[in-house]
Amino acid sequence: MLNQEILQLLTEASARGWLMEPQAKEVFRLSGLDVTRFLWTEDSQEAIRFAVKIGYPVVAKVVSPEVIHKSDVSGVVLGISGDKQLGEVFKEMGRIKGFQGVIVEETVRGTELIAGMKMDRQFGPIIMLGIGGTSVEIYKDVAIRMAPLREQDIESMLMSLKGRPLVEGYRGAEPINVEALKKMLLAFSSLVMEFEGRVGSIDLNPVICNASRCVITDARIMLTGYL
Amino acid sequence: MDLKRLFKPQTMAVIGVSLSNESNPANVIYNKNHLRYQVKAYPVNEKGGLVRGETVYPKISDIPAKIDLAIIATKADIVSSVMAECIESGVGGAVVISGGFSEAGFTNLQNRIVSMAKEANFPFIGPNCLGIFAPSHMDTFFIPGERMVIPNQGRVAMVSQSGGILVDHMAKCALEGVGVSLAVSIGNKALINEIDMLRYFREDAGTDVITFYLEGFDENEGRTFVLAASACGKPVIVLKSGKTPAGSSAVKSHTASIAGDYEVFSSAMSQYGIVEATDEYEIVTFAESLCCYKKTIKGSIGIITGSGGHGALATDTCLSHGLFVPTFSEAEQAELRNSVSPSIRNIASFSNPVDLTGSSTDDDFVAAALTLSRNNNIECIIMLLLPYIPGITMDLGARLNLVYQQEGKPIIAYVPHVDKYNMLIEGFTLNNMPVAHSVEDAVHMAEAMKRYRPC
Repeated sequence: MLNQEILQLLTEASARGWLMEPQAKEVFRLSGLDVTRFLWTEDSQEAIRFAVKIGYPVVAKVVSPEVIHKSDVSGVVLGISGDKQLGEVFKEMGRIKGFQGVIVEETVRGTELIAGMKMDRQFGPIIMLGIGGTSVEIYKDVAIRMAPLREQDIESMLMSLKGRPLVEGYRGAEPINVEALKKMLLAFSSLVMEFEGRVGSIDLNPVICNASRCVITDARIMLTGYL
Repeated sequence: MDLKRLFKPQTMAVIGVSLSNESNPANVIYNKNHLRYQVKAYPVNEKGGLVRGETVYPKISDIPAKIDLAIIATKADIVSSVMAECIESGVGGAVVISGGFSEAGFTNLQNRIVSMAKEANFPFIGPNCLGIFAPSHMDTFFIPGERMVIPNQGRVAMVSQSGGILVDHMAKCALEGVGVSLAVSIGNKALINEIDMLRYFREDAGTDVITFYLEGFDENEGRTFVLAASACGKPVIVLKSGKTPAGSSAVKSHTASIAGDYEVFSSAMSQYGIVEATDEYEIVTFAESLCCYKKTIKGSIGIITGSGGHGALATDTCLSHGLFVPTFSEAEQAELRNSVSPSIRNIASFSNPVDLTGSSTDDDFVAAALTLSRNNNIECIIMLLLPYIPGITMDLGARLNLVYQQEGKPIIAYVPHVDKYNMLIEGFTLNNMPVAHSVEDAVHMAEAMKRYRPC
C-alpha cells in the first residue's frame, strides 16, 4: 500500500514536519480512500473556472505552511455561491501569513466525523473516531482503539459515541453509510500500520458521511518527531 | 526463562542478614520465613556467626543445600557481585530488595545486573521491591509479620509496581475474603516485567485471575501487554495511576491532543476485554467476582430483594454502570408469583426488581432465584439479602449455592458485612460465590463480567 508516490510526499514534507492539506489528501487518494474533488491554485480565475465546472456552492481553504489549523485564521469559507464571492474570498485569503494558494473544492453535506491516528509510545499506532468539526477538542466525543482495527472495533467505536444518533439519522436525516465508513477506516488502519517510524499523528477532520458516501474533506499528517 | 524455582522455591538464602541489627530488612525476611513458612531459609553474611542460634553462612556457596531462591538485601553497589556468586552456585533466581538503582538515577548499576542475569539466564525480581508473597509458603516482604494483614490462600494473583500498594491490596483482599495465589512486587521491573508475569500466571494452575497495579509501560510494552493479556485465557484486571490529562497545544493534531496517555491506555484495555478498575476497592471487587465467574455477560440483570428501597438503589446503580434491568413480562411475573409462598403472592412485586418484602423467607428467595436462573433473558442475578428480615436465616447462602451449582447462572449477593452475619456470608464465599459489602459493590461485581471479554 505504501507506494513510491506516497513515500515521496512524506519525504518532501520532512523539513516542514507536516503535510499541508493538498499533499495529505493526495496520500489518502493514492491509498484508495474517498477524498473531495479539489483544485489547488494561486490563480483566482482558474479557481472560478473550476468552481463553475464542479458547480456552486464550493468551499475555499487557505494553503499555508505557517497555518496548521486553518479555521483559527479565517482560512476556511463554506457555501461560496458564485464567481464574485469566490474572487473576494481569494483576495482575503491572499493576506494570510505564508499564503501558497487556495483549495477550491466540492461541497459535501452530511455528518462531520473525525478519524485520526497517533503513534503512541506505549501502545503503538492507535486510531480515533469521533464527532468531528472544529469543536472536537471541546466535546471530545471520540473512541480510541489500537490499530489494526477489526470490524468489531469499528462497531463498538460507533456504539460508544454520545453523538451516535447523528450517525444513525437524527431528526429526519438519513443514516450514514456505515459500510462506506467501515471500508474507509479499515483502509486507513492498514495504511497507518505501515507508517510506523514515519508519521506521528494524522487528523482526517472532517470526514463527511451521508447516506451515499464517506469522504475526507480535510486532512493533516504530522511526521514523527514533530509535535 | 524458567520462573518455577523463583516462585515455588524449596530453599531460600537471605543475603545481607545482620548479626547485630534485628530490624535490618534481611533479618525481618529471614526470621519470618525461618519461623513461619514452609520454605527452608538460610541466613548469609560474609562474617559468618550465628543469628537466633542458627548458623550464618559467609557465602552462598557454603550452604549445604541447593538454593532455589536468593533474597538480595545488600547495599546496591555489591548486588552485582552477590548476583554473580548466586549464578556461580546454581541458584534458581533472586529477589533484589535493595534500592539505589535506576529509581535513584543509577541506571548503569541496574543495567549491569540485567545484562549479567540475561547472559546467565538467571531470573530476578526487582530491584527496589518487596518481592514475593506466597500464602503459607514464603514471604520476602521486609515487613514484620504482625504488621501485615494476610489474605487466605486462593486463586487471585497480584502483581504491582509498588510494594506499598500491594500490601494494601492484600489487606483489602483479606477483609473481603478474597484468596491470593501469589503476590509479587516487581519494583523497577528491570528484568521481569508485567508481561513475563502474565506468561507465568497463564501457565500457573493455581491462578484463575490476575490483577496488576500499573504505573507505566516502556516503549511499545503497552501493546505487548494488551495482546498477551487478551490471549492468556484468564481474566486480567488492571488499576493504573498517573492518569495525566492530555495536554492541548496549537501545533498538535487534534488526535494527538485528545488521545493522551491515559485515554489510550484505558481504550486499549477495554478493546481487548481487560478489566480496568478505577480504584483500590474495585480491583478487589472485580477479582472476587471474576474468580467465581469467569464469564462475560452483555449486562442483563435480574434483581431479587427483600426491601423495595434496596431494589430501587440497585436498579439505579445498574443503569449508571451500563447494565440493564429489564421489566418482566406478564408471563414471567406470573411464573415468579407462582413460585413463591402463597402468603406473599399478593404483597410482593415481580416486575424486576423482584421485591419479596419483609414477610419473605429463605424458601421464597430460593424459589425466585431458581425461576430467574431459568429465565434466558437474565444473565446474572443480584440478590440483596438483608438479614434483618425475620424469615431470612443464616442457611440461605449455602442454599443459594445449590441453585447456582444446579443452574450455572451467576448469583451475586449483597449482605451487610458485620460479624454477626458471617455464617450467611461464608455460605457463599466458602462455596466460591461472591458476596458484596454494599449494593454498589454488588453492581460492580456484575459490571466486571460485562467488561471481561475472553478472546
